[in-house]
Amino acid sequence: MENKRTCLYDKHVALGALISPFSGFDMPIQYTSIIEEHQAVRQRCGVFDVSHMGEVWVSGPDAERFVNHIFTNDVSDAPLGKIFYGMMCYPDGGTVDDLLVYKMAPQSFFIVINAGNIDKDVAWMRDHAEGFDIELEHKSDYYGQLAVQGPESESVVEEVLGLTCKELAFYTVKSIETEGETLIVSRTGYTGEDGFEVYGSHAYIRGAWDKLTQNGRCQPCGLGCRDTLRFEVGLPLYGDELTENISPIMAGLGMFVKLDKRDFIGRDALLKQKAEGVAQRLRGIELDGNAVPRHGYSVIADGREVGQITTGYRLISVDKSCAVALVDSNLELGDRVEVQIRKKTFPGTIVKKKFYDKHYKK
Amino acid sequence: MANIIEGLYYCESHEYVRVEDGFGYIGITDYAQHALGNVVYIDMPEADDEVTAGEEFGAVESVKAASDLVSPVSGKVVEVNEDLEETPGLVNKDAYGNWIIKVELSDPNELTSLMDAAAYAAFIEKK
Repeated sequence: MENKRTCLYDKHVALGALISPFSGFDMPIQYTSIIEEHQAVRQRCGVFDVSHMGEVWVSGPDAERFVNHIFTNDVSDAPLGKIFYGMMCYPDGGTVDDLLVYKMAPQSFFIVINAGNIDKDVAWMRDHAEGFDIELEHKSDYYGQLAVQGPESESVVEEVLGLTCKELAFYTVKSIETEGETLIVSRTGYTGEDGFEVYGSHAYIRGAWDKLTQNGRCQPCGLGCRDTLRFEVGLPLYGDELTENISPIMAGLGMFVKLDKRDFIGRDALLKQKAEGVAQRLRGIELDGNAVPRHGYSVIADGREVGQITTGYRLISVDKSCAVALVDSNLELGDRVEVQIRKKTFPGTIVKKKFYDKHYKK
Repeated sequence: MANIIEGLYYCESHEYVRVEDGFGYIGITDYAQHALGNVVYIDMPEADDEVTAGEEFGAVESVKAASDLVSPVSGKVVEVNEDLEETPGLVNKDAYGNWIIKVELSDPNELTSLMDAAAYAAFIEKK
């Protein structure tokens, strides 16, 4: 099957990007180098084309009740403009997807889902909408999306795009009327830095991309550094740290699972996992040396396999090789393990799964 | 455009060997370093290890992926480039100046099956 392309594909090619398939899209992995783009976001400002992400509007008298039914976080009585991170789960607690839910109006929510899960998620939502007075609008083909990330992102969005965003608090959103359309602008991101995400028509997003990349204050950034940035600050990627077999509890994301909510899909299983514990959970591993742990590599303790790496890198912001791994729950912080890398094993220590501090503007 | 140097021998897996005084200095080509992106780790053999033409002897790790190193020639490793243990990114700066291993060639006839600069240039042109 042909991969899809975002509305900015021709601009990535023109900039000389290395293009690779990701989640059914041909996406830019890097323009110059992953390290250079990573540093730009940590130190100044970078812009990502994240138009591959999916968008769904849920509206109607039962919108809040419906979102609470399919979503692990609790959107009850939320103020307008508030954003929630959480998951959709299967009845057995496994993860359908992780998502952002934006409260846009009293009866209207804007939901952002992962590119690779769009068809599955929309079908899941439709399949569970019976008995709710709501309208589901799948708008992934309408919206383009840019993520402007880094310590200078606020002034870049204000001055280069002319969008007033200073007053937005972390994880809040507002609509902005411009050029005859309604943009959605939120203070969110996937890098551990301050930043904004802008959703609009393809025409708007193409114009905004040009302004940002031609201005000199904002580095075009590919998905390569998006992954190294999110990994360093301990953010999960669906497919690696969350899957149909890895529940939010196993992933250490219990703070986004509101078990005191009366009912949501997966609640019974997750409640049981919380109460009785899980066989395996995600942990960080810091290697002693410079070898690079990668997805799927075995983690060994006392001569037997105790788990597998979900993501690993030679970090960019810190001079260390680190991984997140799904390992047996009896492993504690400070325990020594080995990682099998090709023919050799490399020693390391179980640590927390955040390797670099977030710099959000709260 | 990838830099290709006259006088070296090249193989299809993008390693080169430079021959001096019966020793082969093996590294990755400029084309390879460019395709890999930022190199962050090189898994090297140790001195006295044997390498075999056409067989894997280590790996180059970029930020994104691991790529096997395949030896263009057979022989005994007499030295590894220790600079690359500390600063693997040197191969991005100068792939031909920063060889990875130095090998005592056991069969110099193997060189005849490798590509010269013109043949390697034609090979990567087709890719």
